[in-house]
Amino acid sequence: MERASDGQIATMPIEFKLDGKTVVGRPDETIIETAKRHGVEIPHLCYTPGLRPDGNCRACMVEIKGERVLAPSCCRYPAAGMEVTTDSARARASQKMVLELLLSDMPETDYRLDSELDQWARKLDLGLPRFPARRQPAADVSHPAIAVNLDACIQCTRCVRACREEQVNDVIGYAFRGEHSKIVFDFDDPMGESTCVACGECVQACPTGALMPAREAGLAKIDKTVESLCPFCGVGCQLTYHVGDNTIRFVSGRDGPANHGRLCVKGRYGFDYAHHPHRLTRPLIRKEGVAKGADFVVDPANWSEVFREATWDEALDIASKKLIEIRNQDRYALAGFGSAKGSNEEAYLFQKLVRAGFGTNNVDHCTRLCHASSVAALLEGVGSGAVSNQVNDVLRAEVVFIIGSNPTVNHPVAATWMKNAAQRGTKLIIADPRRTELARHATHFLQFNPDTDVALLNAMIHTIIDEGLVNRKFIKERTSGFEALKQNAKDYSPEKMAPVCGIPAETIREVARMFATSKGSMILWGMGISQHVHGTDNARCLIALTLMTGQVGRPGTGLHPLRGQNNVQGASDSGLIPMMYPDYQRVDNPEAQKRFQALWGAQLDLKPGLTVVEIMNAAKAGKIRGMYIMGENPAMSDPDVGHAREAMASLEHLVVQDIFLTETAYMADVVLPATAFPEKNGSFTNTDRMVQLARKAIEPPGEAREDLWIIVELAKRLGLQWSYEGPREVFEEMRKGMNSIAGITWERLERDSCVVYPCENEGDPGEPVVFRTHFPTATGRAKFVPADLIPADERPDRSYPMVLITGRQLEHWHTGAMTRRSGVLDAIEPEPVASMHPLDLEGLKAAPGDVVTVASRRGSISLYARADEGTPRGAVFIPFAFYEAAANLLTNPVLDPFGKIPEFKYCAVKVSKGGERPGNPGYGKGGTLQLMYG
Amino acid sequence: MKGKGKARFRSTLKGRTVDPQALAEVKKLLGKAPRRRDLLIEHLHLIQDAYGQLSAAHLAALAQELRMALAEVYEVATFYHHFDVVKDGTKPAALTVRVCDSIACELAGAQALLERLPALLGKEVRVLHAPCVGRCESAPVAVVGQNPVGFATADKVRKAVEQGATECPASDYVDYEKYKRAGGYKLIADCLAGKHTREAITKVMEDSGLRGLGGAGFPAGRKWRLVAAEAAPRLMAVNIDEGEPGTFKDRWYLERDPHRFLEGMLVAAWCAGVGEIYVYLRDEYAGCRKILEKEIQKLKAKPPCALPPIHLRRGAGAYICGEESAMIESIEGKRGMPRLRPPYVAQVGVFGYPTLEHNMETVFWVRQIVQQGAAWFAGHGRHGRKGLRSFSVSGRVNSPGVHLAPAGITLRELVDEYCGGMLGGHELYGYLPGGASGGILPASLADVPLDFDTLQPHGCFIGSAAIVVLSDRDKASDAAQNLMRFFRDESCGQCTPCRVGTAKALALMGERKWDQPLLNELSQAMMDASICGLGQAAPNPALSVMKFFPHEVN
Repeated sequence: MERASDGQIATMPIEFKLDGKTVVGRPDETIIETAKRHGVEIPHLCYTPGLRPDGNCRACMVEIKGERVLAPSCCRYPAAGMEVTTDSARARASQKMVLELLLSDMPETDYRLDSELDQWARKLDLGLPRFPARRQPAADVSHPAIAVNLDACIQCTRCVRACREEQVNDVIGYAFRGEHSKIVFDFDDPMGESTCVACGECVQACPTGALMPAREAGLAKIDKTVESLCPFCGVGCQLTYHVGDNTIRFVSGRDGPANHGRLCVKGRYGFDYAHHPHRLTRPLIRKEGVAKGADFVVDPANWSEVFREATWDEALDIASKKLIEIRNQDRYALAGFGSAKGSNEEAYLFQKLVRAGFGTNNVDHCTRLCHASSVAALLEGVGSGAVSNQVNDVLRAEVVFIIGSNPTVNHPVAATWMKNAAQRGTKLIIADPRRTELARHATHFLQFNPDTDVALLNAMIHTIIDEGLVNRKFIKERTSGFEALKQNAKDYSPEKMAPVCGIPAETIREVARMFATSKGSMILWGMGISQHVHGTDNARCLIALTLMTGQVGRPGTGLHPLRGQNNVQGASDSGLIPMMYPDYQRVDNPEAQKRFQALWGAQLDLKPGLTVVEIMNAAKAGKIRGMYIMGENPAMSDPDVGHAREAMASLEHLVVQDIFLTETAYMADVVLPATAFPEKNGSFTNTDRMVQLARKAIEPPGEAREDLWIIVELAKRLGLQWSYEGPREVFEEMRKGMNSIAGITWERLERDSCVVYPCENEGDPGEPVVFRTHFPTATGRAKFVPADLIPADERPDRSYPMVLITGRQLEHWHTGAMTRRSGVLDAIEPEPVASMHPLDLEGLKAAPGDVVTVASRRGSISLYARADEGTPRGAVFIPFAFYEAAANLLTNPVLDPFGKIPEFKYCAVKVSKGGERPGNPGYGKGGTLQLMYG
Repeated sequence: MKGKGKARFRSTLKGRTVDPQALAEVKKLLGKAPRRRDLLIEHLHLIQDAYGQLSAAHLAALAQELRMALAEVYEVATFYHHFDVVKDGTKPAALTVRVCDSIACELAGAQALLERLPALLGKEVRVLHAPCVGRCESAPVAVVGQNPVGFATADKVRKAVEQGATECPASDYVDYEKYKRAGGYKLIADCLAGKHTREAITKVMEDSGLRGLGGAGFPAGRKWRLVAAEAAPRLMAVNIDEGEPGTFKDRWYLERDPHRFLEGMLVAAWCAGVGEIYVYLRDEYAGCRKILEKEIQKLKAKPPCALPPIHLRRGAGAYICGEESAMIESIEGKRGMPRLRPPYVAQVGVFGYPTLEHNMETVFWVRQIVQQGAAWFAGHGRHGRKGLRSFSVSGRVNSPGVHLAPAGITLRELVDEYCGGMLGGHELYGYLPGGASGGILPASLADVPLDFDTLQPHGCFIGSAAIVVLSDRDKASDAAQNLMRFFRDESCGQCTPCRVGTAKALALMGERKWDQPLLNELSQAMMDASICGLGQAAPNPALSVMKFFPHEVN
């Protein structure tokens, strides 16, 4: 007889008696859950679905026949024939006594509407508690996002489990003992001074309001809740906006497939930028005679010195007239930057406008600055630029290799799955020049020298070949080009590469073995891989590692470039790139041209367009004369931004569509006020290829209009016969041009909120794991592409002896336009900082907090020094979100030859103590909370 | 762009940063010790012993060294009484004197000591009250550093402080060589040599009727079978966290014949198929720790037979760690919070493996029972009960101490035959049959046989056989308050009925006239709904007072 599997046993029915009635439970379902399914309510406080049941509050005690004491129904599983009573006099007495004991220690003040304790007390008809109250602790309001009122704490430890077992931020502890037991942050420090990253999971978990959003937001009147998405990173967390009086009061996590209710500080507290007084509310036209220049100083509050207000008609007319004029002279002199912050529909219409309306393929967006090299390598190697497996597949992997990525900062909710996996025994290998928070959870942390990715990865490849750990069958059946890789790898023994990358040969061999021989190994990477002149080579090595070991095409394996923006995947899919139509159909492929000419009824150009940095260079050279930029801020995000600003200033005509007067908008001729994320509907595609729906929660301010409307109006004026009523019509058209999403209907998106592609036919479930049987290449095989060592373009030397690494920080999104205008985020990170190793700071005779000046061959900035032992010696890390100390004034605009991505992760700088204190850009600086909430 | 005044920003990463000097100090202290998180408490002891306290700087450094979060270290350090967590940089006291104020010592005048000592000893010496230190036969006790001063007077304590007598004096015991010469370790050697079968030895245990002597009384032989039936690897955990007020028998035997315990432990481990042994010793027993460290070392150096790994783990001042699952949590380096059952320790114990958990005294008897036969042990007993019990007797009797007496002996017989009768001028008023948890019986019930299962009808139990005798000069309600205060202080704080219940009950018991209906209601919920025996038994003394001594609280 065949034995039942564990999974089958877990679902075998168990009959037992519940309050006298026979019910059917399951071995993996606790009594409280079975009871709930059968409509029997049992009081509970420390138990909440989604968290490990702990059984400490004892409100859910039930009587089980034959047992000496009562049992906690949240932790007990049924046995056949068990007789359980939830409402016997004895069980009720305990349930009520527990509630009464807790109630007797509750404060007079309510911190939240209808605490769970009050709800149960009401349901069980409890009167006034008969016990004297405890001595109450003082409130802790040291954190800008979260108010801590432990006088309302019932010690249920839901916050501890949320912090430690769900988010694994490990900030909250349950300290002391007995009646002194207390929820603490770190060493019982004020929350605002602790290591808390303000993910707010504890607030979401707290049943009594002991942890609540600051400034009593939790007590505000709520008119409606709207199910939507987080507007920040590519993880694609689903969330709920709680709206009162056309204002988002607070945000809670929704049970989406990528986040299961979890959020990070940006998603939970970074929503109020939409209400910032700097929002653009009327179209603006540059005043006659106000010159443009790279050395401008933006003052968003004083826009009227540069611009005058206009009607929409006037603004659109002026915007389009000049574009037509340039087009009629030289269509290649026009270009457009769309945005990975916009929806799929916006991206699609934007590229369609450029291609059909401008008549060129000069359309690109910030994907060029993040994963262009990864995508180039992936398309070349495996035929698809998207991820092969979803992030939370890490829970099914045995080994997870994370390189060049700082997910606790840049993909915080994705990082929680990695930490959960580590807690369950998955081996994490982290490779990064910077020691980041995730390193604490790693079995192996490889702090390799900056710029030596290929050396490290080739040494791993060498080891796997050398030790005979390759998957011959997979290589033979599914790939081509292995011989070339093998030949190439010969020169890269770990022993030879160890001094180059700074990792001992034996360690390299050990992790290579682990990766090759595990039941499932998955690779995730970020900008640390892609933003190099050898970014494509870096990614080629990762692909080779995966292919040579056959670690792809199954759950818990594969390749996952962690996408940055909330819709960078979707914007690229939708054709917001110069060499491809939607669905990566090459513009120089006449077949594809024919398909889209038919679909759009327009003549299309066969010549691939220019990329982001190329467009800037062409503008500087006078070859690009007019631009339409929607939602991007190249005046902050491009490398060598002084140069980029000069280029934009030299444009004859610049139309910028945005929600704030960004540094880029400041150089525009026409500024079109657009809508913020919560003010519109649309679909967005996350890093996992999940197409998800965002829904409108609030009305836009003033005359700000939906982006889709603006694009359509502009298109009409450019002579295109468009009549889209909303995103739904756009999406229907997209399905006709994109096989990958052809099966996704708008109705299904509305119903399910999320569908994974590829989904070619209606009703297909969607494929979370791809490449199961073949690769989407012409031959169906994947291809090995060997890589050699190419050094960074600009190595440190005597004049510029240190390395600059740029990136992001947890609280600030990209160029800071949104997040520095969000009260909480600005309060936590108000100022530009340069992170350096404390010993390097000592070398400068500078103390943490001193002003330092960082200069490269291209520019110089002054900002505050932050001591960070995780930053390698000889390097300085600067986030690029701060206008008053813009890191991109320093970066090197040299490009990877394949992906055309700039080398943001490496250039030579010198650092000196002193310099001018960073100035005030008119927002941020820790003033946003005061400005918005008084 | 001009800056606007002093900006607020962090010049370091979020939260506390590690001080390089503190890190160097911690690294030096830990030496080559493994950086495993289950050794957290051991590492905390190293720091506490070296610096007299746990400074925030050292704790942060230790967290980094063990790759743990700050909160994970802090919550453990603050759980245990013997760790002095200092955040603000205050200097540690040069010396700490702990005055036991549990029931036996309180009867003997602990409060007076606590009042007098601070002024007498000066600012350099920190005087703390402490829960039972397990030396009730010489009450009152004040522990100077690690030196227990018995029959303490303010003068005796002052002298000890002045003389710098802060170490626990060594006791005279049977050491390894002597024990071996007298035929010790032959039994376990024979077992491993195949001269005995596991089945035969287990059977002897079952026939002898030996039950767990930590208090729960689970039959020893059956426990071995249960654990042996679980899948390997199996572990053993020996509980010497003897903290039940009035109990000192484990210390008594350890101070005299430690190898008899160790051999019994090895035999039990062999019978249950155990591969690794953890011995958890309460921190109050510094003398026993020295003995065990030394003797286990000798045993390992010249093993009489193949030995499983034996790990000696040091408690840190927490009564609750005498609860088997709390002890296991503590062995794993965590806060000593009891686990929910099921699953039982025999199935899921130390590090999640099936675990044979035994009180020290239970295995102490193994060798003698095997060698003298099950009938020898079962042959003792009175009033229809079988076996021997080690009674820890304290309170108003002439000869307090550990008295090995037949199971089923009555209190009156025990006092008269073994304890030299009541103290002069004292008349029997009542007694605690089982430490703090076992309730309080009146003199009228002094003729009830004392054993497992005999006291339940009176709402009491014998537990670890800690007998505290009260006289007509004592009040049962005072004793009950002392015991409830102990439970409040020693509650781990995990579950509501115990954490909040003990505090609220104590408040009610502080009234001149008790609110008996409410106290009864609360007691019922504590007994029914608490996670472990501490909360379940905590109301027993109060219930006894209301039942047997109602005149005191009406």
